[in-house]
Amino acid sequence: MSPTATAAASTEWEIVIGLEVHAELATRTKLFCGCPNRFGDEPNSNVCPVCLGLPGSLPVLNEQAVTLAMRLGRALHCEVRRSIFARKNYFYPDMPKNYQISQYDLPINVEGRLELTQSGSTVGIERAHIEEDTGKSTHVGGGGRIHDAGYSLVDYNRAGVPLLEIVSKPDLRSADDARAYVTELRAILLATGASDARMEEGSLRVDANVSIHRPGDPFGTRCEIKNLNSLRSLGRAIEYEARRQIEVVESGETVRQETRHWDEDEGRTGTLRTKEEAEDYRYFPEPDLVPLDPEDEWIARVDAELPVLPAERRTVLADAARVAPTVTAVAIAVERGLDGLALEAIAAGGEPGRVLTHVEHNLAVEGAGALDPGKLAALVSMETAGELTATQAKAVLAEMLASGDDPAAIAKAKGYERMDADELATVVDQVIAANADEWTRFVEGDDKLRGKLTGLFVGQVMKATKGQADGKAVTALLRQRAGA
Amino acid sequence: MTGPTDTALDIAAAVRAGRRPAVDVVDEHLAAIEARDGEIHAFNLVVADEARQAALAIDRRVAAGEDPGPLAGVPIALKDNLCTAGVPTTCSSRILEGWRPPYDATVVERLADAGAIVIGKTNLDEFAMGSSTENSAFGPTRNPHDTSKVPGGSSGGSAAAVAAGFAALGLGSDTGGSIRQPAALCGVVGMKPTYGRVSRYGLVAFASSLDQIGPFGRTVADAAALYEAIAGHDPRDATSIPEPVPHVSAGLAEGVAGLRVGVVTELCEAEGIQPDVMARVRQAIDALEEAGAKVDEVSVPAVVYGLTAYYLINPAEASSNLARYDGVRFGLRVDAPTTGEMYDRTRTAGFGAEVERRIMLGTYALSAGYYDAFYGKAQRVRTLIIRDLDAAYERFDVLVGPTAPSTAFPFGAKTADPLTMYLNDVCTIPSNLSGHPAVSVPFGTGDDGLPVGVQVMAPALGEATMFRAASAVEAAAPQGKDDT
Repeated sequence: MSPTATAAASTEWEIVIGLEVHAELATRTKLFCGCPNRFGDEPNSNVCPVCLGLPGSLPVLNEQAVTLAMRLGRALHCEVRRSIFARKNYFYPDMPKNYQISQYDLPINVEGRLELTQSGSTVGIERAHIEEDTGKSTHVGGGGRIHDAGYSLVDYNRAGVPLLEIVSKPDLRSADDARAYVTELRAILLATGASDARMEEGSLRVDANVSIHRPGDPFGTRCEIKNLNSLRSLGRAIEYEARRQIEVVESGETVRQETRHWDEDEGRTGTLRTKEEAEDYRYFPEPDLVPLDPEDEWIARVDAELPVLPAERRTVLADAARVAPTVTAVAIAVERGLDGLALEAIAAGGEPGRVLTHVEHNLAVEGAGALDPGKLAALVSMETAGELTATQAKAVLAEMLASGDDPAAIAKAKGYERMDADELATVVDQVIAANADEWTRFVEGDDKLRGKLTGLFVGQVMKATKGQADGKAVTALLRQRAGA
Repeated sequence: MTGPTDTALDIAAAVRAGRRPAVDVVDEHLAAIEARDGEIHAFNLVVADEARQAALAIDRRVAAGEDPGPLAGVPIALKDNLCTAGVPTTCSSRILEGWRPPYDATVVERLADAGAIVIGKTNLDEFAMGSSTENSAFGPTRNPHDTSKVPGGSSGGSAAAVAAGFAALGLGSDTGGSIRQPAALCGVVGMKPTYGRVSRYGLVAFASSLDQIGPFGRTVADAAALYEAIAGHDPRDATSIPEPVPHVSAGLAEGVAGLRVGVVTELCEAEGIQPDVMARVRQAIDALEEAGAKVDEVSVPAVVYGLTAYYLINPAEASSNLARYDGVRFGLRVDAPTTGEMYDRTRTAGFGAEVERRIMLGTYALSAGYYDAFYGKAQRVRTLIIRDLDAAYERFDVLVGPTAPSTAFPFGAKTADPLTMYLNDVCTIPSNLSGHPAVSVPFGTGDDGLPVGVQVMAPALGEATMFRAASAVEAAAPQGKDDT
């Protein structure tokens, strides 16, 4: 059963979601030392006394990390404030100092918002603070968990990598909302250059706080779900968790506040630790670092360097194409960074609908951004003039990407020529004659049946003309012959 | 005193002029160590070979016409919580057994640049927690003036080494008086710089917001010269002050005519100050007045809460700083079936009683629900102390009082009750809480014939004035029995 269905079945329940997104900042070096911030290197090769937490070492804040944190903060309309670092104390083997340097009561970015174009809703951003990442443990033997492993290996390359923890307000109301939020946030992280935001490499990690309530009532007790490594996991976990909580409440029990772990294989969440077992992190101000108080000029510089953000780029493209910004092709164009190409192709006279169609379906390839917008416009014009069919245009486009040649030259080389209308009519009549039974059904059938059979006739015509026929023209001829 | 009594400045002058080979200087000091350190136990480790090699290198440079630096050929004793590349650094704790830092502390680099020669690593109270050096895992250090008495602490080894003539200079660290109190008890000069004046990079952290490295010497001029060699901005310590360091030695002989000297009532009347110690302090104050200083009493009310605030802030920071000693990456590891048990066994075996006590006190003070009442309130007291001292410094250039309540006390006298031991720091702690510089200057002896120290305190970055006043105290000090 899908969660949406569940939510619909018990209409009085509303899901309330807040997300904590950890994004690795795309700095050259780590947060507090000069070691490279690089994924995939030989274990324990990017380490030094500072990120190994050796006695006597001290952290020094990475200026680039602060700039990137502020850039993301400003892109989310946050206020950048004087902030201080704090120590979050707990023991874990992959955390060298057994405390994490983070920001606690005074984070750098506060009170922002993120607009979701699809649903038209606004999600509040509570804070986006800077902290250091931990190392990575590999538990060998047993079940691969720390408790039953034979031994554990720790790679400290990731220890001290800068993270931005972006905490939303509990403003999301469905798994779809949550996915849309992460998708949009990811787009902003990429657009600002703050992070490469790769979920599969762990440079973007999501925890979800989920509760349920009846609209009008206070929020229910929330559970935090960890280990959400993909958009799919995020959606599934929220749906599962909401269903679980509804079942708990409807059976007369109460939801316990706890941290839960998402098991992707089992498709369920399980208790990781209850509130009573929660660690006391004994936060206190980090004495090795001074307060971070970016001067107004620094913030102004960050603002001035902010790129045009995805939402605005969608609006610009949608306006140019005279469609709604929620159109999928528009979102995809911006996501793939092809909105500039599309805009220029439209400006050069390309029919917007066909330009967007190509961007959505035929340009999901490496190097598509390098395509000459003038040539794309020329290709679209050949289509609209009936010189190329959609199928032919797709083939020409592929060749344009490979060779960079003009569409007219490619079409000529491929022998694509516009079919004469009489020639096409002859072929259509031949196909009708060869499929007499189907033709009778077509003529006598309702719209639904005709729709089905149109495909068959168009296919046959295409076959006979080696794909040179224009599908739309064939459909029109068929209707004309049937007297419809 | 057993060893050579030449001042560091005399040694450096002779070595730089080529009148005296540095290797002879080192050999004389090594001979003194050989003769008497079995009894004193100032050193955890004597690096005789390395010291002789370094001396020979200095001599080669002198022979080649180069200047090896202002401290050329001067043997120096390093407190064993300062990291030395490839040389064991123990903090007098079992838990660092076998650990050799892969890097030098910034001060160690600067000593080498100045031509000083490290002769050994000195004993301390474990992780600098104590006031008698009795908390060392390797046994106590004895006071060279009376081996039945403690040398003070925690930098007891460095103070004793300088007092005994094992080294002309010493480095210690001062968190609550750990340089000044042993300097007073051993009859040498010991100074704590303004917080941030000397880089803490490579000083094994005890209480980060209070720790500061500082010099020991047998004269004020020697201590000032060593201070000049180690002070100055270090980009590896974020709390390091990015200001140039004034040349303090030049003004030592300028005298105190017109200098406004405040005598802090609360420190002179603090609990446990012995009358014979106070009599010497009064004598020093009179001498300053005779030398032209304008002396007056001043009340600094908040300092009476200093000890209480200190014993909350210090353990809180220590509990976090010492979390990294977990057996995972370096030092002692006592194996166990699980990670948690490994932590427990390692830390139980590796830490002494005082370290355990501070970790427990600090963990408690930072716990959820207690933070505001303990750590938070202590920080507010700290603010009050700074405010009161700032007010006093509006009327006075320096403040004076006793360094320690008593002269050197017998072994075991204060180990049964930690509170009586903590009271040793009552006069020194305010400068750590405020971050201000302070120095202890020997001034005669108490009724028992053991040294008394007079403390001179100054506002932040007031080292030049502080040293000038200290020099005047030194000049007026009664000459009498000068060694045991």
